[in-house]
Amino acid sequence: MSIANDSVFSHIVHAPEDPILGVTVAYNKDQSPVKLNLGVGAYRTEEGKPLVLNVVRKAERLLVDDNSRVKEYLPITGLADFNKLSAKLIFGANSPAVSENRVVTVQCLSGTGSLKVGASFLGRHYHQKIIYIPLPTWGNHPKVFTIAGLSVKSYRYYNPSTRGLDFQGLLEDLGNAPNGSIVLLHACAHNPTGVDPTPHQWDQIRQLMRAKALLPFFDSAYQGFASGSLDADADAVRKFVADGGECLAAQSYAKNMGLYGERVGALSIVCKSADVAPRVESQLKLVIRPMYSSPPIHGASIVATILKNEEMYREWTVELKAMADRIIRMRQQLFYALKDKGTPGDWSHIVKQIGMFTFTGLNSKQVEFMAKEYHIYMTSDGRISMAGLSSKTVPHLTEAIHAAVSNVA
Amino acid sequence: MEQLIRSGFSGRVTKSGFLGAARSMSTAWWSHVEPAAKDPILGVTEAFLADPSPNKVNVGVGAYRDDNGKPVVLGCVREAERRIAGNLNMEYLPMGGSVKMVEETLKLAYGENSDLIKDKRIAAVQALSGTGACRLFADFQKRFSPDSQIYIPVPTWSNHHNIWRDANVPQRTFHYYHPESKGLDFASLMDDVKNAPNGSFFLLHACAHNPTGVDPTEEQWKEISYQFKVKGHYALFDMAYQGFASGDPERDAKSIRIFLEDGHLIGCAQSYAKNMGLYGQRVGCLSMVCEDEKQAVAVKSQLQQIARPMYSNPPIHGALVVSIILTDPDLKKLWLKEVKGMADRIIGMRTSLRENLENLGSPLSWDHITKQIGMFCYSGMTPEQVDRLTNEFHIYLTRNGRISMAGVTTGNVGYLANAIHEVTKTA
Repeated sequence: MSIANDSVFSHIVHAPEDPILGVTVAYNKDQSPVKLNLGVGAYRTEEGKPLVLNVVRKAERLLVDDNSRVKEYLPITGLADFNKLSAKLIFGANSPAVSENRVVTVQCLSGTGSLKVGASFLGRHYHQKIIYIPLPTWGNHPKVFTIAGLSVKSYRYYNPSTRGLDFQGLLEDLGNAPNGSIVLLHACAHNPTGVDPTPHQWDQIRQLMRAKALLPFFDSAYQGFASGSLDADADAVRKFVADGGECLAAQSYAKNMGLYGERVGALSIVCKSADVAPRVESQLKLVIRPMYSSPPIHGASIVATILKNEEMYREWTVELKAMADRIIRMRQQLFYALKDKGTPGDWSHIVKQIGMFTFTGLNSKQVEFMAKEYHIYMTSDGRISMAGLSSKTVPHLTEAIHAAVSNVA
Repeated sequence: MEQLIRSGFSGRVTKSGFLGAARSMSTAWWSHVEPAAKDPILGVTEAFLADPSPNKVNVGVGAYRDDNGKPVVLGCVREAERRIAGNLNMEYLPMGGSVKMVEETLKLAYGENSDLIKDKRIAAVQALSGTGACRLFADFQKRFSPDSQIYIPVPTWSNHHNIWRDANVPQRTFHYYHPESKGLDFASLMDDVKNAPNGSFFLLHACAHNPTGVDPTEEQWKEISYQFKVKGHYALFDMAYQGFASGDPERDAKSIRIFLEDGHLIGCAQSYAKNMGLYGQRVGCLSMVCEDEKQAVAVKSQLQQIARPMYSNPPIHGALVVSIILTDPDLKKLWLKEVKGMADRIIGMRTSLRENLENLGSPLSWDHITKQIGMFCYSGMTPEQVDRLTNEFHIYLTRNGRISMAGVTTGNVGYLANAIHEVTKTA
């Protein structure tokens, strides 16, 4: 006699599409020849093609042609060179925290993976299991932290009426947070709004946080991409490290080196003292090992090859600036096109915001309208990826926004 | 109101006190963090690397070595990489990974002409090698069968325990290894299967059990499968060594095929770390057989939900290597030849090690060395004997006495046999 072999999972329902990655799914299904994908934040050229940086191609060929290279497991913490160079990139070549051996850096799976490992570590070892995330933030943030056992709260960030920073609200909310809470900060080019604090505002944020011993957790996914300068885009992080306090930083090479699918990133934890750092590293290993044992070698090798070679590093900064500049051009083109068309509303936030995304201010109904009538795809919060625009497609987008704003409440 | 705060480590003085709160910056939030224990397997390689002895031998971690003790990149892999380098883009894969890679991977496990594949009844996603596949399953199990436990064989790969623990799934064990015979404790295994509550989840090693190298025979697999049907148990196969065990991937998948014939809705974690030498690339797959296509779509969507907050989408490079090799008939042929080459070398080393020990006049029986299969030999040595091997002979292996045969070469097999003989002759 056998027990009926029904599936033990027959009760499972279809999960909802990921709000961001689901946009590309919908876009792919669309048959229209004029369809435009402004959803996921992946850079596109003027021709609308994905881009592999020349310096990355070069690095990849060097690696392939090197017959002495093997594919052995990396250590749990990843490629050592890569880790050192990543810390140098974000904290600066002259960071005392690095030279004092107070920084632990582990290679992780891009930004998501770095956030996940950091969050899991905090969930296990940090005394105040609350994290404050800005409102709004990247759609995947809340899940990452909740699953790690942290209680997720938000702090005011975006002001819809000014389409800028709600600085007073931010200070109030962080001021009311329990001492010791973790605070997620976008290092630059806030996603989705593109609104960043000024250096002066960063300073005030920092002082407030240190006074309340709030623990900064930086998400740095766009270093170099925001202003075109790697150093300028890391300034906020470096100022926090310079005051001697502790912080976490998640780095991604997905956008600034175009390594998206290779999943290359790093988590750094800046500790107060050098004797704490190795213990922290050993505990990070316990988080990583039961997740995927060790990180993938390919992308990290490309990054290390580029960062450690002066000539290739220089080439990279040039190509990076070119990407950032193209995005800034697209902002200007879209802004002027909307102005010329007389589209109702103030669109200056398009050129004021920074980084890959523009938070248009379009509502979800307008977004739906634009997908249906104009085959233009974006996330339902009205976030568009400027990287997905080209001079050729700006007119189409302009028309669509004009129609949406004029016809849909 | 401002306060001058002396920073704990550097002695630098900073101004603080936004609201006048004079919070003394305590010497770190992490001072209570204990140093974690070294990973029992990966810690071995760390120790080996630190050893300056010219005679040192690493038979710890399961990574293949050629007869010169060097790591190997397969020819088919080098060729695949040449085709990729500088030519393909690096866009994000979908959350479920490379569709092509997954398709080819399912064929390996389920068979080229599997009806399950034709009928789209398998929910499958690319995973971060075997570890990642097991972890996805464990998290999925916790979410959708929250009251379930996992039965794990004794012994097993140590990281299995970490995976299900971190997924918060309670663990039970079932008998597997029989120390006296250094073979399978089949009777106790079957007892444990029968005594487990109906509908329990079991972790099974599809072939080349790690760490023992002891696999059930075909007949025994058939009995296990039958008993699983009676009890309505769920079988998750961890297949990390397909092709590596016998040299023939089809043969190594036999246990899975037996279960499929009996109609089980299995789960399967696959890894390309060993059989394609893609270790550090982290390429694998988790698949789950469902009742119909609709259920498979639902299950896959839920697996993606688990991956998204962990790493968003899996790494592309290794997946490209796999799909290029498996979809090119010449490269696939080359791969099969190279896998067989690796398996044959290991089988040769087993024979050699055993012969060496017997020629040294060891009082013990060593036929388990050639009876066991796959990368590892469960030598039967005690932790104390292992410690002596390491301390006196600079031979590195895990303390459970597991020897990675892949690390044995014609160059070191004599030295290894001698050392083993020395520490066991008075056993």
